Amino acid sequence: MSDVSGTHGVVVGINGNMVTVEITAGKTVQNEVAFVQVGQERLKAEVIRIQGDIANMQVFEDTKGIMVGMNVDFTGELLSATLAPGLLGMIYDGLQNPLRLLENRQDFFLMRGQYVPSIDPEKKWEFHPEVSVGDTVKAGAWLGWVPEMHIKHRILAPLGILGSTTVESVVPGGAYSVHDTLVVLKNKRGDTVKVSMLQTWPVKKAIKAYRERLYPNELMITGCRIIDSMFPVGRGGTACIPGPFGAGKTVLQQLLSRYAAADIIIVVACGERAGEVVETIYEFPELKDPRTGGSLMDRTIIICNTSSMPVAAREASIYTGITIAEYYREMGLDVLVLADSTSRWAQALREMSGRLEEIPGEEAFPAYLESRVANLYERAGLVRLHSGKTGAVTMIGTVSPAGGNFEEPVTQATLKVVGAFHGLSRKRSDERKYPAIDPLDSWSLYTEHLKDDLNAQLDPHWVEMLQYIASALRRSAEIGRMMTVVGEEGISIDDLSLYLKGDMFDAAYLQQNAFNDVDASTPIERQVRDLKLMHKALTTAFHFDDKPGARKFFASLQDAFYQKNYCPMGSSEYLDYERKIEEMIASGDQS
Amino acid sequence: MIKTYTGITNIIGDIAEVYAKGISFGELAIITNPNGESTLAQVIRIDRDKVSLQVFAGTKGLSTRATVRFLNHPMQVKFTEQLLGRIFTGSGEPMDGKPPIENAQAIDIAGPSVNPVRRIIPRNFIETRIPMIDIFNPLVESQKLPIFSEAGEPFNELLARIGLQAKADIIILGGIGLKFDEYIFFRETFEQGGVMDRTVMFVHTAADPVVERLLVPDLALAVAEQFGIQGKRVLVLLTDMTAFADALKEISVAMEQVPSNLGFPGSLYSDLASRYEKAVDFQGAGSITTLAVTTMPGGDVTHPVPDNTGYITEGQYYLKNSMINPFGSLSRLKQLVIGKVTRKDHNAVMNAMIRLYARAIESQKKISMGFEKTPTDERYLRYGELFEKRFMDLRVDVPLNEALDNGWKTMAECFEPQEVGIQKNILDEFWPA
Repeated sequence: MSDVSGTHGVVVGINGNMVTVEITAGKTVQNEVAFVQVGQERLKAEVIRIQGDIANMQVFEDTKGIMVGMNVDFTGELLSATLAPGLLGMIYDGLQNPLRLLENRQDFFLMRGQYVPSIDPEKKWEFHPEVSVGDTVKAGAWLGWVPEMHIKHRILAPLGILGSTTVESVVPGGAYSVHDTLVVLKNKRGDTVKVSMLQTWPVKKAIKAYRERLYPNELMITGCRIIDSMFPVGRGGTACIPGPFGAGKTVLQQLLSRYAAADIIIVVACGERAGEVVETIYEFPELKDPRTGGSLMDRTIIICNTSSMPVAAREASIYTGITIAEYYREMGLDVLVLADSTSRWAQALREMSGRLEEIPGEEAFPAYLESRVANLYERAGLVRLHSGKTGAVTMIGTVSPAGGNFEEPVTQATLKVVGAFHGLSRKRSDERKYPAIDPLDSWSLYTEHLKDDLNAQLDPHWVEMLQYIASALRRSAEIGRMMTVVGEEGISIDDLSLYLKGDMFDAAYLQQNAFNDVDASTPIERQVRDLKLMHKALTTAFHFDDKPGARKFFASLQDAFYQKNYCPMGSSEYLDYERKIEEMIASGDQS
Repeated sequence: MIKTYTGITNIIGDIAEVYAKGISFGELAIITNPNGESTLAQVIRIDRDKVSLQVFAGTKGLSTRATVRFLNHPMQVKFTEQLLGRIFTGSGEPMDGKPPIENAQAIDIAGPSVNPVRRIIPRNFIETRIPMIDIFNPLVESQKLPIFSEAGEPFNELLARIGLQAKADIIILGGIGLKFDEYIFFRETFEQGGVMDRTVMFVHTAADPVVERLLVPDLALAVAEQFGIQGKRVLVLLTDMTAFADALKEISVAMEQVPSNLGFPGSLYSDLASRYEKAVDFQGAGSITTLAVTTMPGGDVTHPVPDNTGYITEGQYYLKNSMINPFGSLSRLKQLVIGKVTRKDHNAVMNAMIRLYARAIESQKKISMGFEKTPTDERYLRYGELFEKRFMDLRVDVPLNEALDNGWKTMAECFEPQEVGIQKNILDEFWPA
């Protein structure tokens, strides 16, 4: 538990999860952490407004039983994340309490006022020094490493030190626990800093111990065809997935957490259902990570503040998640943060703003909503570290717009700052077209920005093919709309053919069966191969004698593409379907 | 120490304010009018020594000379096996003419949430014998699901039917703003169905004070939680959660909170979630499954109550024209049981039939706009008709496997196998010869 700064106060008011405190001794700091003493329980809280001697605090726990006159102890420290080896595979609440350890102390329920160290203080880690006495190091420099699951967990020079420091001493390699001093640094003024494996960092402040930020130069491969091919996310980029309830946000997030090609995945379950986290908790340890051979849980950290947990901790949970991501980025790793859902986080801001009686903006969200959203997404990014290596934090947030209406403030604030938009459509999910990302409304800035990289990495004609397909899809949709007005008899046979092509691409490429082992995730090499064949079918000019003939032909062609999706790449069935498709294209080709 | 104060300074809506010391947030109080009438009230805000109380029976007729006696504990419910077969009001008083529960453990309502790591993945299919539920959106033990409905739809009948057919150990009904005849309907249905001896009812009727509405879900769920910990499989039925949300709105407006959307408080999502999230499958104990009616004002699913509910719950059943609509309905947990505890063709049948029905609706629209009927359209139209008759009609009462067989039969009557978009190995095995 944190030390006490010597500042004290007493409770003078309670309104929901906001407690008003009169300071009786000492000074207060905005956003510092304080504890309200309720009988034997100490409830964690954060100062969110100071007016003279009066401080308003949001309490991270149920406020039942708090009385006027109760003592409040201030810590002088901002709300911080604990950063050390041992984070991987953990399941934390929004304040970084390990839920599995709380389990031992309590029964089924999360009793309030229980705080447990985020990192096991006893466990020994095998330390390999990477610096020698006399070396000059800056904040974030790699002083050594310990093996953590599949990664080399670098022991970083404290992220808060200013300027250059000199290494005074280093312990020899061997087993140490997280609080042991490993390295002593000395700055220009002659002050020494003892460095252990563990450091803390205020969650609302970005970690910036790197040389420069870079524009993404490759894709974060997710295994989801419609994302990777049509609306990709750059490594170190940002994306948002807004959608009405029931459109498949959660399933999509789970697929991303399972198949995305990142070193580390941080899942922030923010104000969502507990049940979703439970699936991850039970399934990930059983699933193999094809990249490392270990279990999926080994590369995953779950920050879990579900909808029934106290709302103030919900606000903290996303910051905790992104801070841990930035920490691993400093080690030159590739981290993906999945935040589900940023709307619940925004609602937590709204609830507190209401209790503070601030002047409300649109839909009662606070006026600072946009800047907070922008700050959050801006913490993602590809960076070049002082060592010259790169690391990335990619952030994908879901948004749960009220009424499924994308005009609402949270969606709009998010769209201004992200690089890709994967809009889920109710219509598509009603028709069971999953993932229900709308191929006409969604967009990604990365295809254009990374054009040369993609053509070099994937296929020389990759972007050109995608542009053709996108326009073919739009044309197909236009014809579809026309048909609802003039009927099938009102359009030409060539238009019908274009319409059916769009339909085929949608059904057999954009849609993906999340519950089939083969189809659930498509590696990028396969996407390139499958898309090229699809592109060939779409660009071929077929001739038909009548419309039923056209429908029949495309039904068979579509079925062949569709069945191929279920066959492992390179298997004999897969090759058979490829051959069959080539034959059908050749037989119908009249150009 | 019991603290008693005389004199109420302000009365706004159903909120009474009194000057008092040593009061804790969430504490319960008894307010007694000079004429001897008394009611419970709960502390919902404290500002130095000014204490705001939410008065359960409402403030009509409340005198500023009333006495307020603080009880030193939050709202509680007495828990014992003797609750079974009993009916209580929204403040926990008996309404079946039997004596109050004595000598039982008092449980705080609205307790803390379950540690996610003590939950387990839901895995038990609950058969309801309603094909639109069993095939397309199966109910899973520990699921929380609302029935979205317009006024006038048979939602309470559907709720009661699921209650009777779902084979739970314990049924807990929370009636919120029920009409008197609806209350009688539930009581009689459960008595005739022979389940009353394993049922507890908390009923707030539309004539009762509005604040009591807020307590019904918490009382029902606190009792459910206790039975669940004892290893019982509990089914909680709540109707109507929109009436609950309306009560939240009334109170928050009286508290001068800034409303977010249509007058509802910004905390509506969290308020609903803290109730729905009580649905759980405990590791090593029982479970709570929650079905709740949410009426949609004006049939508008984007209204804040159904909208927030949809984001919280694990799907919804969409009741429209006395049928469960396949498009709006969803069971998010279905993949945990489909093909795992149900037959292996279940997933394929479910997806194909819905896709085909969506196409049938398109054809219907097209024809109604006066377009020419192609032979393809005719097959879809035929399929659409059969689908509505054999699956959507709420009177259909068959077990799942029979419903699946009917599905294959219906598809084979209308289509060729390559038209239905089903994986080949499943087609080979199940397509009727």
